[in-house]
Amino acid sequence: MIFWLITTLIKILIVFGVLLLSAAYLTLLERKVAARIQNRLGPMEAGFHGYLQPIADGIKLFFKEDIIPADANKLLFILAPIIVVIPVLTTFAVIPFGAPIKIFGHIVPLQITNVNIGILFVLALSSLGIYGVVIGGWASNSKYSLLGAIRTAAQMISYELSLVLSIIGVIMIAGNLSLAQIVSSQAHMWFIVYQPIGFLIYLIASTAEMNRVPFDLGEAEGEIVAGFHTEYSSMKFAFYFIGEYGQIVINSAIITTLFLGGWEGPFLPSVLWFVIKVFLVILIYLWFRWTYPRLRYDELMDLGWKILLPLSLANIVVTGFIMILLGK
Amino acid sequence: MEQNSFLPILIMLVIAILFAVFTVVFSSLLGKKTFEKGKLKAYECGIEPVGEPHVRFDIKFYLIAIFFLLFDIEALFLFPWAVVFSSLGLYGFVEMFLFIAILVFGLIYIWKKGALKWD
Repeated sequence: MIFWLITTLIKILIVFGVLLLSAAYLTLLERKVAARIQNRLGPMEAGFHGYLQPIADGIKLFFKEDIIPADANKLLFILAPIIVVIPVLTTFAVIPFGAPIKIFGHIVPLQITNVNIGILFVLALSSLGIYGVVIGGWASNSKYSLLGAIRTAAQMISYELSLVLSIIGVIMIAGNLSLAQIVSSQAHMWFIVYQPIGFLIYLIASTAEMNRVPFDLGEAEGEIVAGFHTEYSSMKFAFYFIGEYGQIVINSAIITTLFLGGWEGPFLPSVLWFVIKVFLVILIYLWFRWTYPRLRYDELMDLGWKILLPLSLANIVVTGFIMILLGK
Repeated sequence: MEQNSFLPILIMLVIAILFAVFTVVFSSLLGKKTFEKGKLKAYECGIEPVGEPHVRFDIKFYLIAIFFLLFDIEALFLFPWAVVFSSLGLYGFVEMFLFIAILVFGLIYIWKKGALKWD
């Protein structure tokens, strides 16, 4: 019991640190990828090739003046970024990031906790972030913030449907909601082979749910300044970014777990396999951002409701049909 | 057993809350302070804010929220079914096919009614 508690605490602290650090360094990665795509070098000044840039940014934002607009609803204004960041930091609790290891004769699974409703827990927490966006936009008492918040809310709930439905196919094959079980049932074949449509729908819908380009209507700079975080400054502003980049890491980890076999892989250590796969999925998200122009709002809603939603329903039916035919 | 408990999630939640609250509080204490009235106004490209900040928005957003509620609840029904799908066999498949058909019928209905049209 004591041993379990200690290992769990160590795992929690490691995951927490790695998640925060990778969210910070994703800002650098994004700037570097953007720079390479546009034939530039990106940040080069802070440290060797700009590797200290995220640290410098973090310290700068921490010591910046904290402005709370006079008309804002103060309590909700302060609460909103906190609500954004908490679910992001908690979601990783159920994601397995490596094969179980043996320490002093005890088997320690490399997953903070293996709850039997793992995937439902992830979905529940990832949809909590929307409250931070809506509350923040409303409490700022500014036109741009409110417009951004409403747009984002409508967009996030529209794509949430396809996101949830695209996972059903995986659960049908795995027959389990626990993420550790889903990984171990992919030991022979990754689910992306059985669920290519589900994978694509998840990839697109999660991009839209994170408000990333080409779906960043909520913070479209050209129209509504910065959307729901127009009025935010200092660490509260940074929290929206930790939320966004942390969500990229988490969504990549979920895609890896559900479709790309999780930590399974030959030769290399399992944790390394997990990191490699997550990193590749993150690169796809970044690549999206610097390749596609932003959609128009009606196009965005059409894509969500008229294409992705029927497609994900059809995917479930086809998956079920094929499984019945094969007699599984 | 220990492995499946929700306790670690609670610990993680507490750490996350402490981290978030402490960071926000300390950053606002340590940050520099200036007292200027104009700075505290809502941002509106540099001019004085015009009219009510809480602008009216389209009723469409409200409709989208209702559709989401309906479809999301229906989607949640699929989860328990998906877990036991392989043991249900053909019977389970036909049942759920009818359920999804009703879902699709509802979608086609709101589509034809023009509720998904944005202009």
